[in-house]
Amino acid sequence: MATAYEAVIGLEVHVELKTNTKIFCSCTTEFGGDPNTHVCPGCLGFPGTLPVMNKKAVEYAVRAGLALNCAINPYSRFDRKNYFYPDLPTAYQISQYFHPICKEGYVEIELGGKKKKIRINRIHLEEDAGKLLHSGSSITSSQYSMADYNRASVPLIEIVSEPDMRSPEEARAYLEKLRAILEYTGVSDVKMEQGSLRCDANISLRPVGSTEFGTKTEIKNMNSFRSLQRALEYEIDRQQDVLEEGGTIIQETRGWDEEKGITSSMRSKEEATDYRYFPDPNLPPIVLDPAWIKTIKASLPELPDARKERLVKECGLSEYDAGIITSSRSLAEFFDRTVVLFNEPKTVANWMMGEYLRLLNAEGLEVSESKVTPEKLAALLKLQADGKISGKMAKVVFEELFNTGKEPETIVKEKGMVQISDTGALEEIVMKVLAANPQSVADYQAGKEKAIGFLVGQVMKETKGQANPGIVNQLLKKKLSE
Amino acid sequence: MSSLLGLTAHQLQGLLEKKELSCAELVKAHLAKIEESDGEIKAFTRVTREAALEQAQAMDAQRSRGEGLAPLAGIPMALSDNLCTKGIVTTCSSRMLENFRPPYNATVVEKLQEAAAVLLGKCNLDEFGLGDSTESSAFFPTRNPHDLQASAGGACGGAAAAVAAQEVVFALGSDAGGSVRQPAAFCGVIGLKPTYGLVSGYGLIAAGSSLDQVGCFTRDFTDGALVLESICGADVQDSNSVSSPHTDFTKHLVNDVKGLKIGLPKEYIEGVAPKVKTAYEQAVAKLEELGAVCEELSLPHTKYALPCYEIVLAAEASSNLARYDGVRYGLRVEAEDVESMYNKTRGQGFGEEAKKQILFGTYVLSAQQYQDYYLKALKVRTLIKQELEQALEKYDCLLTPTTPTVAFNLAGKGKNHHGRGGVQTHGLTCPASLAGLPAVSFPFGKAQGRPIGLQLIGRAFGEGMLLRVGYTLEQNTDLTQLSPAVKGER
Repeated sequence: MATAYEAVIGLEVHVELKTNTKIFCSCTTEFGGDPNTHVCPGCLGFPGTLPVMNKKAVEYAVRAGLALNCAINPYSRFDRKNYFYPDLPTAYQISQYFHPICKEGYVEIELGGKKKKIRINRIHLEEDAGKLLHSGSSITSSQYSMADYNRASVPLIEIVSEPDMRSPEEARAYLEKLRAILEYTGVSDVKMEQGSLRCDANISLRPVGSTEFGTKTEIKNMNSFRSLQRALEYEIDRQQDVLEEGGTIIQETRGWDEEKGITSSMRSKEEATDYRYFPDPNLPPIVLDPAWIKTIKASLPELPDARKERLVKECGLSEYDAGIITSSRSLAEFFDRTVVLFNEPKTVANWMMGEYLRLLNAEGLEVSESKVTPEKLAALLKLQADGKISGKMAKVVFEELFNTGKEPETIVKEKGMVQISDTGALEEIVMKVLAANPQSVADYQAGKEKAIGFLVGQVMKETKGQANPGIVNQLLKKKLSE
Repeated sequence: MSSLLGLTAHQLQGLLEKKELSCAELVKAHLAKIEESDGEIKAFTRVTREAALEQAQAMDAQRSRGEGLAPLAGIPMALSDNLCTKGIVTTCSSRMLENFRPPYNATVVEKLQEAAAVLLGKCNLDEFGLGDSTESSAFFPTRNPHDLQASAGGACGGAAAAVAAQEVVFALGSDAGGSVRQPAAFCGVIGLKPTYGLVSGYGLIAAGSSLDQVGCFTRDFTDGALVLESICGADVQDSNSVSSPHTDFTKHLVNDVKGLKIGLPKEYIEGVAPKVKTAYEQAVAKLEELGAVCEELSLPHTKYALPCYEIVLAAEASSNLARYDGVRYGLRVEAEDVESMYNKTRGQGFGEEAKKQILFGTYVLSAQQYQDYYLKALKVRTLIKQELEQALEKYDCLLTPTTPTVAFNLAGKGKNHHGRGGVQTHGLTCPASLAGLPAVSFPFGKAQGRPIGLQLIGRAFGEGMLLRVGYTLEQNTDLTQLSPAVKGER
């Protein structure tokens, strides 16, 4: 019988901190910008220049650490990680190897109703490197490469998990949860597509029941949650095939190829660089005042788990809906603000889970980029609640609101979408429909209650959808029973 | 005109103030002196003649308008070529930076500009400050103005020689283990290395970052105090720089050592040349005669200082020199791919000494060796620091020779006097560097026509005490004033 394997996965997640300036100089950290316009002699590694610590970056790292249940080290220090690459101006990255700023935290994930803690080993502060643009596919196969140092020295935290994940789904859930928590704390944009959230995975297999670790590979170049999951799924299959054929896993770094859907070897352990870490003499240690750490802790916002619990308990939302709505701070805040204006949490949640998220996803927009505001959504829901527009109309209005940002009231007027709730006006049409559909009338009267649905539909058709379906229903029942 | 040469900054300032001398005359006299002697001495990698003359004229105009000027205003000076000067090529005496024009000034350069001192040029040093003789300079070795066969010392031999040869009045250099004090001793001038952090290191091209400290070469202690006052102070651009409350250095120029306790660490005398030892004993006798209490003491960790220093310096230098990769600035040797470009650029851009230091430093930091070398060196460094600090709780300062011998001979073209081009002559100077303590070398007579240097080591931020003891000796002997016997001064 074939051995059953389980995967052992740990993630190293790099997060760009949203400080205004770089970690060791005063250049802007703004994303984009023409190449090499956000640079100075310092972040270009010119001789004689020196790094000066950005206090905000320390604050953000502590903030992230506290939100991820970490212990904050009162003493931390910077080390140099030495290696040559054209995107690294000084040929060493300033990082924290010996004494990281945070340690021993965890993130709780939930899959299929089961909760699990994924432990965090450490979080350290470091600087980002620049970016290379190759004329070919890689630095070795290119005629030339161009270096852009705008990103060089942007502050990063690296969050290193313990190897606590056992499936690609768990890894993905962990990363999604991490993203949500960090977004709540406001320390990062956490956008995978812009590279402000990046993830490498360590993965090995072992026979189910074994407590020893197998040989691991490190997977790089995964640019979305989906590619993380796919890459891990692929790598599990690959390693399993090797093991089942009696082979051994080579400890190596492998790159994920999104198009081909495979991982392939980048470098083996033997080729791995000796980074020659040593304390950076240019930066004094970071010594943190416990009172300062307390201040930061006190300033943390309500985090996703607490918020979700509140939405379930106080607003009566389902676990699922509450989970989605609290998966991003902007979405959760949108919900809270809308509910303040229109106090029917479930209706608000339904609209957000349905129309709003559908359109956001279709357009690839963030809540902050959308034209829909809590005020406008509440106004729309109020129009519907007051019977001024039907649910069907409301959807049309919402789509228009999403696209144009116009006030719902204005859209309703422009489209002439006033719902007919006037009984007198509707009675006439109801009579006409009853007269034209004797078969349905007979069916209903013979006990087929479903027939009324067809009749309602006919009235709606006659009124071009403007009739208030509730009133039409009442009128029909009244007439049919007469 | 030659009577101007050899005067100190404070003497010249008096003449300038009384308008007995114009700044233009002063600068021209020194430029003429450079022209006359530097062909032989080779203290300079670059002379900034035009800019200097222009500045001198501007200052004369300022003075004629009756504007008050700072103590160093109009005084001709030079900078070691590892201090970045905006728009002026800063080579670090390396092929790697042969055409490098920094887009910024070192903080000390900014400060001297504010003080209106006049830059006459950049001075030769061992490549990237790695060496003790200027023989690892990619361009040429600097000769000792007292004896052209002798080395001016290093790393900052050019700056020391420029002051000794009366080509400038004062100069700045950097000292990681003795690179100011040792050449000062060899060239018979005062070389002051302040407490680590007292003077900003921003814009100083790094060799060993935890050791590097900007220091100054002057003709007497009064000038030392004046220059230090002009360049010290905390700098937001250097996280290791500190603000000291004791920066009123000229106040400490007091002719009085009565009751001061001066320690004489015996390990510093072991193996020292007899004539150096004699001079040392003479200085001790003089201090005692002037009322100081001199006492022998033991600092047993001293013998570990040099290997410890060599490991720390090489480790840090190997990392600091990694940025010269041909990608962004400096030399690039084109090649077919990036790896070969690195290899060729670094292969051709660095001299032998820099390569040795990179190899050695890379080795001691490697995963297998880190514990045995680098980490151990850090521990030894702590012991040395503690030992010195404890001694300085008891003594106001320590007196030692600066170097075990007077200046050695230059080895000749392309050769280095040491088998491994090492830093042995920094053996007595590197302990203070490891401990971050201030130290000063001053001349005290000659042997075989070559100057003898003695060293005072003080408490952290205790520069004032060193100035006081030095100044008192200066006021009471002729031995601290040495005129070089070079062409034009015979």
